This record gives sequence, structure tokens and C-alpha cells, in this order.
Amino acid sequence: MQKLRRLPARRSESLRSALRRGWDSDLAWSFRHSPVAIVASFTTVLIILSAVLAPWVAPQDAFDPGAIRLEDGFLEPMERSPGSGVLHVFGTDGQGRDLLSAILYGSQVSLLVGFASVGFSMVLGVTLGLIAGFVGGRTDAVIMRIADVQLSFPAILIALLVFGVGRGLIPPSQHEEMAVAVLIVAIGLSHWAQYARTVRGSTMVEKGKEYVQAARVMGRRPFAIMHEHVLPNVVGPVLVIATINLALAIIEEATLSFLGVGVPPTQPSLGTLIRVGQQFLFSGEWWILFFPSMALIILALAINLLGDWLRDALNPRLK
Amino acid sequence: MVAYALRSFAQAILVLLSVGLIAFSMFRFVGDPVANMVGQEASQADRRELAERLGLNDPFIVQFGRFVRDVAQGEFGISYRHGRKVSDLIVERLPATVELAALSALFATLAGIALGVYTAIRRDGWLAHFIMTTSLVGVSLPTFLIGIGLIYLFAVELRWLPSFGRGETVKIGWWTTGLLTPSGRASLIMPVVTLGFYQLTLIMRLVRAQMLETLRTDYVKFARARGLPEHRIHFKHALRNTLIPVVTIAGLQFGSVIAFAIVTESVFQWPGLGALFVQAVQFVDIPVMATYLLFVALVFVVVNLIVDLLYFALDPRLRSSRALATR
Repeated sequence: MQKLRRLPARRSESLRSALRRGWDSDLAWSFRHSPVAIVASFTTVLIILSAVLAPWVAPQDAFDPGAIRLEDGFLEPMERSPGSGVLHVFGTDGQGRDLLSAILYGSQVSLLVGFASVGFSMVLGVTLGLIAGFVGGRTDAVIMRIADVQLSFPAILIALLVFGVGRGLIPPSQHEEMAVAVLIVAIGLSHWAQYARTVRGSTMVEKGKEYVQAARVMGRRPFAIMHEHVLPNVVGPVLVIATINLALAIIEEATLSFLGVGVPPTQPSLGTLIRVGQQFLFSGEWWILFFPSMALIILALAINLLGDWLRDALNPRLK
Repeated sequence: MVAYALRSFAQAILVLLSVGLIAFSMFRFVGDPVANMVGQEASQADRRELAERLGLNDPFIVQFGRFVRDVAQGEFGISYRHGRKVSDLIVERLPATVELAALSALFATLAGIALGVYTAIRRDGWLAHFIMTTSLVGVSLPTFLIGIGLIYLFAVELRWLPSFGRGETVKIGWWTTGLLTPSGRASLIMPVVTLGFYQLTLIMRLVRAQMLETLRTDYVKFARARGLPEHRIHFKHALRNTLIPVVTIAGLQFGSVIAFAIVTESVFQWPGLGALFVQAVQFVDIPVMATYLLFVALVFVVVNLIVDLLYFALDPRLRSSRALATR
């Protein structure tokens, strides 16, 4: 009894030694020695923080019609508003909206859709992959066949289809409120197959190991074995896919919004801002298009580089 | 060989049928087919009668069978938005997309092979490094931004190329082509580059990796020892053996090129199928969406089938691969 009570003590080791251990781990070592990873993660964190804190750090509430003054329209970057004297670092768009603020609020929507859809596809894909690998047989065949067929079509096509069907199922009066949710499901559904394939592979390997057999002999239910014993051992590669898919999801959202089938204009994302900016391509107001595009490129590139680094750092063969 | 071909064929049919099931479910369950056909003032009795006449009360499998028969006869229903037969809309816009996709695939394959060979031979040259870095950055750019960038450079700043549309086209039977007029050709350049770019980098990397591998093999070393000139070794010995997997990948990518055209067509206002599909999604025009899905699935399946069989015919090692695999 005493022995049992002492067991959890390892978990409550002091915060300091936990930090120490984290600092000394392989992953942290590889991070400290990769300038690309440091710059990329710094950029990603900076963008995420400024998007989350947009209501406090943005110079203007970009989507409050009361805060926007039409006479501030088409101010060039670094120009001051003739009326209020406010400095517009990235300039303003045709309606006098500060572009820096619009980008901060826009990345909020982009990141929300990105993270939520990655979470959705991860949960769906990992669950189906676990089931396919663990149960095997006909269940496995059906799940993996669907994954195969889906993987041979480009994600953007699947997302567009799901989005269209979703809109058909929802009454038109709720299209605007539901748009973000439908978008998350559409992008999420277009990426689950990759997780399922990876998790299925590693589950099949783990299934034959002794600890799973031991759990079976102890009479644990299959669901508990999958969830508590197999899952922790197969999540490593999932994190890599999730990071790279986050960049893909953000680009996919931007593409859909650019095509005009994404978020409604009342809730603009980076893609919507680029769509708007494209109208001014020929009239010389280049900044309305340029800055949102750069924000999207930098965000996607930083997350991509982070994913590349994570993949190499977690790959035992490269050590 | 025959058994292999038959199995590929059966698989293709199975994939088409399952995609057909999805398309049919879209027709049947998204929105109300009856409400889409009658006006607001139609009475309940009218609606019931129409539902009966359309066969909506039949068992699911009967309805699906009828759907498959209609589709096989080229009958895809009527567009909710355009009020015209979907088959007519598709036929009208097919040439634009096929021309764009075929030229993009051609461009990506030729330029990809050329650049791949170059970066493999001049592995440490500055130009090779530059090409590799550009391709890396380019791949992480969204397609629509590449298109917009090209428009800004070549249409707005330099004014060399038109920024939208197909230019003047010539009609040959039911087919329209932009290849026979100067404005049609000029209009093709930017969309083709935009659409082909991703495939180009893919093929380039593949050719480069294969070339580097082949150049290390014994028979290439032997050819060098025999004193053959370098260009003969590169093109006659190495490149030939590189090409089989490249042809396969390039072929398989053709389906993706057609589907990726959705974005490119929207950027350049290209009057093709992709742009039609995006409009259909915006307006929930189910018949057009379902037909486009079937069309893309058909292209994918046919291309896969051809590549499967070609591969089998091209590579003699494959024919004995099953014996090897079971060893």
C-alpha cells in the first residue's frame, strides 16, 4: 500500500527539475541549435500573439463601422490622417480602414479557422486510424479505401464540395453566422486521411507489442487499450503532420475566401483582404493588396519551416 | 497482364460508382428537388404529384440505378442558376479548361525535366542553388498569389500580357481554341505558368533526385571509364533511366492539374470548368457541382488506368515484381 502511494511522487517533481529536464531533452537541444527554427517560431508566436491581442494592440477597431472615417480613404503607408493625425503604418483601404488593424483582425479569423480545422481533422483522422489499425479486417478495409480515394483528389476540391453541400443544408438566413463553422468542417474533412494513414500504420506495429497483449490479458476493453495505451505511443508523427497541415489549412482558408466562398465580408480573413485588395491592382493602390499578401506568406512560411524542423528533429534516423 | 488490366478496370469502375453515389446523394438530399422545380404558389397536391412523377418515392436503389443510367447517357439535369442543361454548360466550357490544363502539364513536364537535369549535373553551381531555393519558396506560396504577382508584373507594370480572359478564340466544330490567334496565345502564357508551377517543381525535384542516383551507378561509371563524352552519358545513359518514374508522376498529376485549375481560372477569369464550379459552390447549384465532381473523378480514374497499364508495359521489371514480392 505504501509503495503504491509513493508511485505518483515522480509526477509531482519540482517545476525546476521539470524545466531542467525539458531544456536538456533532444528536442530542445535541436531547437537551440537551429537558427531557422528559432526565427520561425519567434515569427509564428509574434503573429499569433498580435492577432489574439488585436483588440488591444490594433490602432483601430477595424470592423466597427463607427471607428472608420471615409475621408481617410486611400492613405499611403506611413501617411497621417488629415483629420485626426493618426499614423497609418500600412496605409488605409478605400473606406478609410487602417490596414494594419485589418490585418491583425484578419489573421484572427485565419488562425481560428486554421487551428480549429486542424484540430477537427486530427481528432477525426487519429480516431479512424486507431480503429482501422486496431480492429483490422473489414472495418480497416473500408476506412482506408475511403482515405485512399480522398487522398488522390486535391484537398481544395474536397473543401469546396463540402462547403457547397454545407451551404445547401443550412437555411440561407443563417449562412453568415454559420460560414466560419462550415469552413472549419470543410477544411477539416479535406485533411483527415493523412492522419488516419499514419496512425493506422503505427497502431498496427504497436498492436503486436507485449504491453498491448498484457493489457488485453488484464481484461481491459479495446476502447480503453486504444485510448490509454496505444494512443500515447503513436502521436509523435501526428504532431508533425498537424504543424505542416496548419500552414496548409491557413492557405486553404485564404484560397477559399479569395474565391469568394469562404468567410463573409463582415468577418474578413487574410484571404478576404487579398480579394478586396486585388480590385486596386490596376489603379495603383498597391499597398491594399501587398500587406495582407505578405502577412499570409510570412505566416505560412514560418509555420512550414517550423514543421520541417520538427519533422527532422523527431526523425530518429537523422540523429 | 490481362488479369492485372481487368483488376485495374474493376477498381476504376468501383471508384466511379462510389463517387456517383456521393453525387447522387447531393442531388437527392441537399435541398428539396421539388422546391427547386415548382414555384412558391404550388399546392401540396401538386408537389406530391411532381414528387411521384420524378420518381422520388421509389426505393433508394431504384433511384440510384436511374441516376447512373442518366449519367451514362450524358444527362446531368438542369442548372438551378443558369436554367440550362448542365451537359451543354460543360461542353461549352470544356475546351478552355482542357487547353489550359494540357499546356500546363506539357510546360511543367518539359521545363521540369530540363531544370531537374541541369540542377543534377551542375549540382554545386550558383544557378542550380538559386533554382532550388526559388522552387522551395514558390511551393509554399499560395497559387492565387503567384497568379496575382504575375498579373502585377506582366500586365500592370510591363503591360506585355493581357490580365484576364482567353483573348480571341477560333471555333473548330464544337471545340474552341485560343492557340490560333496572337491574343489567344498571349492570354494563355500567365495562366499556364501559374497552373504548371507546382507540378514543375515537383517534376524538377524528382528528376534531380533520380539523376543524382543514376549518376552514381556502376554503368554510368563504366561509361565514363570507356571515355564517352559527358553529354552522351548524361542524356543517353542517365536521363533515359530517369524518365520512367517521371512519366508516371507527370501522368498522375494531370488529374490534379485539372482540379487545381479551379483557382487559376478564377484568378485570370478564365471561362473554364473550374470557374463554373466555383460559381456553383457560391450559389449552391447542386447539379453543376455534382457533375463537376463526376467529371473530375472520371478524369482521375481514366488517367490512373492509363498510367497503370503504361507503367506495366514500359517497365519489364514490374512484370516479375509479384514474384519478387512474394519471395
